[in-house]
Amino acid sequence: MSHQPVKFYQTGTFTVGNRLLGEEDRSVQARGDRSNALNSGHRACQGCGEALGARYAIDAAMAATLGRMVAANATGCLEVFSTPYPETSWQIPWIHSLFGNTAAVATGIAAAMKVKGKSDVRVIAQGGDGGTTDIGFGCLSGMFERNDDVLYICYDNEGYMNTGVQRSSATPAAARTATTAAVGPEPGNVFGQGKFVPAIAMAHEIPYVATATVADLHDLEAKVTKAMSIHGARYIHILVPCPLGWGSASHDTIRLARLAKETGLFPVFEAEYGEQKSALAIRRQVPVEEFLRPQKRFAHLFGAKPNVQSLARIQAQANRNIRKYGLLQEEGIHA
Amino acid sequence: MSMHKPFATTLDVGSSLANHTGSWRTERPVYVDRLPPCNHACPAGEDIQGWLFHAESGNYEKAWRALTENNPLPAIMGRVCYHPCESACNRGQLDAAVGINSVERFLGDEAIKRGWAFAKPTMNSGKRVLVVGAGPSGLSAAYHLARLGHTVEIQEAGPFAGGMMRFGIPKYRLPRDVLDAEVQRILDLGVTLKLNTKVANIEDSLKAGSFDAAFLAVGAHIGKRAFIPAADATKIVDAISVLRSMEGEEKPMLGRRVVVYGGGNTAIDVARTVKRLGGEPLIVYRRTRDKAPAHDFEIEEALQEGVMIKWLSTIKQAGEGNITVEKMALDEKGFPQPTGEFETLEADSVVLALGQDVDLSLLDGVPGLEIKDGTVQVGPNMMTGRAGIFAGGDMVPSERTVTVGVGHGKKAARHIDAWLRSETYAPEPKHEIAGFERLNTWYYHDAPKTVRPMLDIIRRQSSFDEVQGGLDETNALFEARRCLSCGNCFECDNCYGVCPDNAVIKLGPGKRFQFNYDYCKGCGLCVAECPCGAIRMEAEEI
Repeated sequence: MSHQPVKFYQTGTFTVGNRLLGEEDRSVQARGDRSNALNSGHRACQGCGEALGARYAIDAAMAATLGRMVAANATGCLEVFSTPYPETSWQIPWIHSLFGNTAAVATGIAAAMKVKGKSDVRVIAQGGDGGTTDIGFGCLSGMFERNDDVLYICYDNEGYMNTGVQRSSATPAAARTATTAAVGPEPGNVFGQGKFVPAIAMAHEIPYVATATVADLHDLEAKVTKAMSIHGARYIHILVPCPLGWGSASHDTIRLARLAKETGLFPVFEAEYGEQKSALAIRRQVPVEEFLRPQKRFAHLFGAKPNVQSLARIQAQANRNIRKYGLLQEEGIHA
Repeated sequence: MSMHKPFATTLDVGSSLANHTGSWRTERPVYVDRLPPCNHACPAGEDIQGWLFHAESGNYEKAWRALTENNPLPAIMGRVCYHPCESACNRGQLDAAVGINSVERFLGDEAIKRGWAFAKPTMNSGKRVLVVGAGPSGLSAAYHLARLGHTVEIQEAGPFAGGMMRFGIPKYRLPRDVLDAEVQRILDLGVTLKLNTKVANIEDSLKAGSFDAAFLAVGAHIGKRAFIPAADATKIVDAISVLRSMEGEEKPMLGRRVVVYGGGNTAIDVARTVKRLGGEPLIVYRRTRDKAPAHDFEIEEALQEGVMIKWLSTIKQAGEGNITVEKMALDEKGFPQPTGEFETLEADSVVLALGQDVDLSLLDGVPGLEIKDGTVQVGPNMMTGRAGIFAGGDMVPSERTVTVGVGHGKKAARHIDAWLRSETYAPEPKHEIAGFERLNTWYYHDAPKTVRPMLDIIRRQSSFDEVQGGLDETNALFEARRCLSCGNCFECDNCYGVCPDNAVIKLGPGKRFQFNYDYCKGCGLCVAECPCGAIRMEAEEI
């Protein structure tokens, strides 16, 4: 595990903080003076997982770098809702890149900082799954293979949400989007397509790759903090449920992230130089239906005649993740 | 060239703080305090979650002070209360109920060890209240009345204070030094205790002492009799007399084989006492174990100690050195019916444990009283039909436990206080219950219950040493921290952390949180992720 859970009998380390925990065992988000890198007044939808994930990650990075950092941001939800002209929600130096080149822009910023002798200023690139797994993939791969000193954070909400919920290469099989209608013999997104970029990042054998969700704050913060302690290309892929695109209740954002992990559909792990080092073990395993049922994008799998075949295929994906990443082991895989 | 810059690029960077997203909201989160099931179930009206909150941080004195706001007898409670709080505890649905009773005992014992005293009343109302009976109900009333500034005198018929706690509950469940310490602490508030003072007529006693009001809590001490044809030499006694004589110099002479007739807690207490005196107790009860009114854990402990129990049997007659029992069978309604099958058992004596009646002679000639089924009827304010005379405990219709008695004492004290000022006491409306469905149990760590040590079986069969041990500081803290804090914020920071709009303001330790409705979009994440159900969504007024 990336962090040692405190044996604390009331709530363990699952809660954000706790009055009875020592300061060192509370999350950055529990601090009264957290930086709130993404400020109030942003236009994200009610219950936005990406707004949450971005504040979690950047606040942790701010704490790790004592605020000495710059962020490049791909076009996408995060950019649109945080910076409608002439306002910004960002309380850090922040630059909006094109949709597809944020990794390259970040590489440039890192080079510029080096030239200016400000090597203590750290650089983060961030974007959604569209800007990362599809449009910005070439620049991202280049940043990885050159081992540029950038932490790239992908906030994965599994589709192009602010343009009207179109499919991306991170959209899961069977999900209904504007471009993968729930019609035909195999309704929704096609099985066997798409890609899992954390595995591709690992294939570049960069120093650090991790996945996280907005449901486990301590794990997410520990991973960002660790990433900021390393130089070279780093990649963190954070699952951020999207009430709009997933057709879920705004209050279910964290629950769905938790279920994605507890079903095994979204493996939460860490890798160094291409090798998996740990996995966050499933605590209360549940069948994939628990995760799928509250989402309207999977509604066509249920109803009077459930699509048993598709459900079985999705469960098989979860089972394969559990096996592949060792998600049922008591403590996950150790370094 | 700057004058030719596009206008837009000449503007300063604005902050999104100017955009009040609170206007999107159709529902708003509101912090609430819900009623934890433990508090709801407590017959003494303790704020259990409230005192556990202080115990969780290791502030035992503050926890004890919070506890004794409602119940002045925690060390006793921690031994004799049947803890309905634990039956109601939400944690029971998760792993096992919080050991509330054991933490209560720890706090009570800690208070005795450290000599913690109650704060003296700060004012004197000039009113005098007579409390009749120094049992749990009378002591509780005296404590609360004294703290409210009234002059209290307890008149007790017996030679010691404690009532059924002394004369009904054996030492192995409640050591007498514990009882004495908690009684003395109440007397130290300035309460007068007159022992061996039987109130023969309440009106005379009120007049004689110029009392403004009275609280009657004489208990139920007269053992119920059942007609059993018996030979002259057969010894038939009642259970309460047996238990009472255990407090005197002369221990009861019951012979070796003692039959105890009845299936309540008193029957169990007598049987276990007989075992400790070296006898061979046999309980005879007309119904089955699951129908017996005694608490199952007490039956279990008695069986462990070697008490024999004959279920589905009634005593038909008692001869010399034996009894005849008839076997019973339960009918479809669960009532025992005779079978005509008889059996003779050896018995040197028969102890009747068939319940107790109230001695109501002190109320003779009091106008306006209503007596029904041998108990005094009281209103919701615990007042009898005679203005100024209140009653509680076993002498009024209720479940007869120490904790209920303590609750009656508190309730009566509050109404007496109001009545003395010609006012009506109106309790604050109760919060809605924090049921299990209100909790987000993901956030609670798995933690098994701490089990209290039990005395070894040989000493349980041969001595009156206390059977159940207590917790020490480390495991009391562990146990307190198992509390889920149902319905009441325990400052876990979840709402503050999970808000995507930073619309929760952290007010600092002990001050909880506040919503910033300028930015709260009403997504409800804080409500969903609050572990303890202390936030509620309410519709916005449009």
